[in-house]
Amino acid sequence: MMRACLGALVSHWRRNPVQLFAYLAGLALATALWSGVQAINSEARNSYDAAAATLSEGQYDQLVARSGGAIPLATYVALRRSGWMVSPMIEAEVRGVRLIGVDPLTTPVSFGVGDTGAAPELDHLFANAATARRLAGVAPVTVQETVGPNMAIGDIGLVQRLSGAAGLTRLFVLPDQPVTRPALQDVAPGLALQPSGQQADIGQLTDSFHLNLTAFGLLSFAVGLFIVHSTIGLAFEQRRGMIRTLRSIGVPLRGLVVLITAEMLFLALVGAALGVVLGYVIAALLLPDVAATLRGLYGAEVSGTLQLRAEWWLSGLALALLGTAAALAGRIWQVARMPVLASARPRAWVMATAARFRVQSAGAVALLAVAGVLFAVGDGLLAAFALLGCLLIGAALALPALAAMVLSGLQHRARGPVAMWFWADTRQQLPGLSLALMALLLAVSANIGVSTMVSSFRLTFVAFLDQRLAPELFVRVGSKNESAALRQLLDARGLEVLPLMSTSTRVAGQPVQVYGIEVGPTYRENWAFVDAGADMWDRVQAGAAAVVNEQLARRANLWVGDRVTLSPDLALPIAGVVGDYGNPLGQVVVAAPVYATLYPDDYPGQFGIRTSTPDALRRAIMDSVGLPDSAIIDQAEIKALSLGVFERTFTVTAVLNVLTLGVAGFAILMSLLTLADLRVPQLAPVWALGLTRRTLGRLELARAVALAGIVFVCALPLGLALAWVLLSRVNVAAFGWQLPMFLFPADYGWLGAYALVAAALAAAWPAWRLMRTPPARLLKVFAHER
Amino acid sequence: MLLEFQSVTKSFHDADGAIPVLRGVSFELRAGETLALTGESGSGKSTLMHIAAGLDAPDGGAVRVAGHDLTAMNDAALAAFRRTEVALVFQQFNLIPSLTVGANIALQAALAGADDPARQEMLVARLGLTEHVHKFPEALSGGQQQRVAIARALAAKPKLLLADEPTGNLDEATADQVLEQMLALVAQTGAALMVVTHSPTVAARMDRVLHLRGGLLA
Repeated sequence: MMRACLGALVSHWRRNPVQLFAYLAGLALATALWSGVQAINSEARNSYDAAAATLSEGQYDQLVARSGGAIPLATYVALRRSGWMVSPMIEAEVRGVRLIGVDPLTTPVSFGVGDTGAAPELDHLFANAATARRLAGVAPVTVQETVGPNMAIGDIGLVQRLSGAAGLTRLFVLPDQPVTRPALQDVAPGLALQPSGQQADIGQLTDSFHLNLTAFGLLSFAVGLFIVHSTIGLAFEQRRGMIRTLRSIGVPLRGLVVLITAEMLFLALVGAALGVVLGYVIAALLLPDVAATLRGLYGAEVSGTLQLRAEWWLSGLALALLGTAAALAGRIWQVARMPVLASARPRAWVMATAARFRVQSAGAVALLAVAGVLFAVGDGLLAAFALLGCLLIGAALALPALAAMVLSGLQHRARGPVAMWFWADTRQQLPGLSLALMALLLAVSANIGVSTMVSSFRLTFVAFLDQRLAPELFVRVGSKNESAALRQLLDARGLEVLPLMSTSTRVAGQPVQVYGIEVGPTYRENWAFVDAGADMWDRVQAGAAAVVNEQLARRANLWVGDRVTLSPDLALPIAGVVGDYGNPLGQVVVAAPVYATLYPDDYPGQFGIRTSTPDALRRAIMDSVGLPDSAIIDQAEIKALSLGVFERTFTVTAVLNVLTLGVAGFAILMSLLTLADLRVPQLAPVWALGLTRRTLGRLELARAVALAGIVFVCALPLGLALAWVLLSRVNVAAFGWQLPMFLFPADYGWLGAYALVAAALAAAWPAWRLMRTPPARLLKVFAHER
Repeated sequence: MLLEFQSVTKSFHDADGAIPVLRGVSFELRAGETLALTGESGSGKSTLMHIAAGLDAPDGGAVRVAGHDLTAMNDAALAAFRRTEVALVFQQFNLIPSLTVGANIALQAALAGADDPARQEMLVARLGLTEHVHKFPEALSGGQQQRVAIARALAAKPKLLLADEPTGNLDEATADQVLEQMLALVAQTGAALMVVTHSPTVAARMDRVLHLRGGLLA
């Protein structure tokens, strides 16, 4: 019996292959983008974990050269002889692989490669298989999969031989130190102590990037599920008659419910599996760009090769099945409650959906009210995401009712019978198209929101680079003598100099970097503030106030007018809070004399220099002060490099934008195609009244464009609200800074045009099919009315 | 006795309260007998037929079909009863649009576990559907679709065939033809037939006629 019943159920898909395709494709697309993004995130996180397991650098204090260059071996020896318990480390690059050389006997760092119990092999490198292949012929490599991607660990002597490195890169300060050790300044004045925890945590730094990707994946999943929901709804309504007939001829309700559920979930599994494969392809295509972005922006090494990890493909399958089950549950419930004698009206589902408009609208009002409350009193990341969710879902639920009102207005203003019919008929199509239109609304508003956020970030970031990289040259010195000599040279040339002294410490319980600066025109003209008091720079210059960055202000709740305690004897009022988009740590900026009273032994280790002849000055500094070329940095190059890396981030975002919009366009196409058969009985009377099939086809096209236009008008304010929440609430809660919001009307105009084109393209095929509908098929509508 | 209705009552409810449709209907139908049930719209004809088919339950009274007490059966038992003991022919045909004519006819027999290709071939031939077996219902005329519905109903060898306005959607000539074929097949298979109809012509072709008025047999 069940076999015969299943045969009847499955015959529906054979007769409606477009609907089957819509169902499978909706699930595949939803799963693809979600699992693709999850695959990328998973690969990145595994890479971070592997790197952390290989070399937990951040756990220990470190000594680095103030000049940013190598530490001479003699300095290391001097430190050891004076009692400093330090362990050396060399970093170098060979064939694009990061070689890390450590002293196996003294290193405090969890080597990760000694866990095998094997004796350390001094002439071997340790790397994962992919990296080992790249190092073939360089040195013997022992494969150890726990070593992070694109790095190899070895004895310091081996790495020094392989790379030809002249000095040490850094020294790890061991946890147990003799009480009597001398001050660092006395033994190695060219070195600076970098306390543990001051190094950026890669996971924390990259969270924003992964959050962005996850948000896109989730959004695409939601848009894909709209297609699935819409197709399931249509398939159930079209099979309502079949279900009634099957029950009337003796198929028990429970068996029918089990069969329908099994059939739909099996198909969902097929669609989701296709999606996982598609997701793998998307992830594999995007991963090189993502890896380059993460390496460039955060210095995070991510393997460029994607692995099929169960954590993402299983989660993709599970989420797809859960989403389908959620969409299915309501329909199954309807079937279970449907009286066997219920009428099988062919348009019953449209009428039922129309009745749901009222419930939807009530839900929309409730959600938007909750969003209003969260906007007014919400605080923290959870509240920000809840606000986003309420806003997006509320607006999507409100769309059909809103569009119906607009179309009703247009119908009343229409002149001529065709125009009146057009708007009235468009309104009648709303229930059938509402899910696709809601998907388009989400896609377009997300595009507006995310592109506004990213473009605002781009403008702010560029301004920030201009602010921080205003000096044409940036010079690091290694000793007090070099510092004095450089200052003398620059003063003699009458150049504007921005000497910088800095120390890592803790302020208000937070790890911060304290900077001592000489306030000059460059600071006054370039620095942009989140909040600033009157005569701010004058007060800082006079030593009567300090500037803090936004991260510290938010974390320690220190704002303009509050006092920041820098030592037991010194607490300065805060004159300004500066926007800082380059690091996760807090900063305090004071005038050089104030800094000197706090840290009398310190001296300017870095200099920003304003010059119109950077090349000539570079040569002069090298000749006169004796600094190496590596100590002098051309800021323009850094800026170009930073922007280049930043653009690659946008490439990933742009690809996801296009994919999300594509999915929404596909949702419209599938809705129009699946509705096409239902349209014939509606259009046949109009055709009989004298409109040609060609005209009807064109009107169908115009209808899709008109609806997309209405959606775009609704999506614009929603997208801007989304951008505001992302910039002012999510960013603040997640990353500690607020970004100013800029508007990009031209971009929105283009996006609107794309949305209309996507709708027109989606409607083109159904319209063309309508134009070619044989008159006999239209006549049959009347024949069936007998 | 194949079908027995004893003091059957049934009401529907709306905002104004209960609306009685059947007020104590009693009648019997023997195996091989044909019966027409007539009455005005809303007189309870279709309700009575749905109760006989086990699609609806009476509020009171007793209903027995082929030895089954329908009022004592649960949903699963009623479904099994519908598969094996009765068959329905509707005014709107209610064919499954995604199955071919042949598959539609085979469906009920397969569900009943009584798949008999030879019988199905005989029905197809007798009803003039041979050339349409591989077509889908939408390609057939109304009369042809009703013939498919009759073939589907009889393919499962039911003891009782229930037809609700089976010719209501057909023109007079086609209606005559369909009715003729249905009566001939019923006689051949030995099933009993109860037809709900407005048509005096259809009613006149049955062994007996019952008229419902105000929820009571007149």
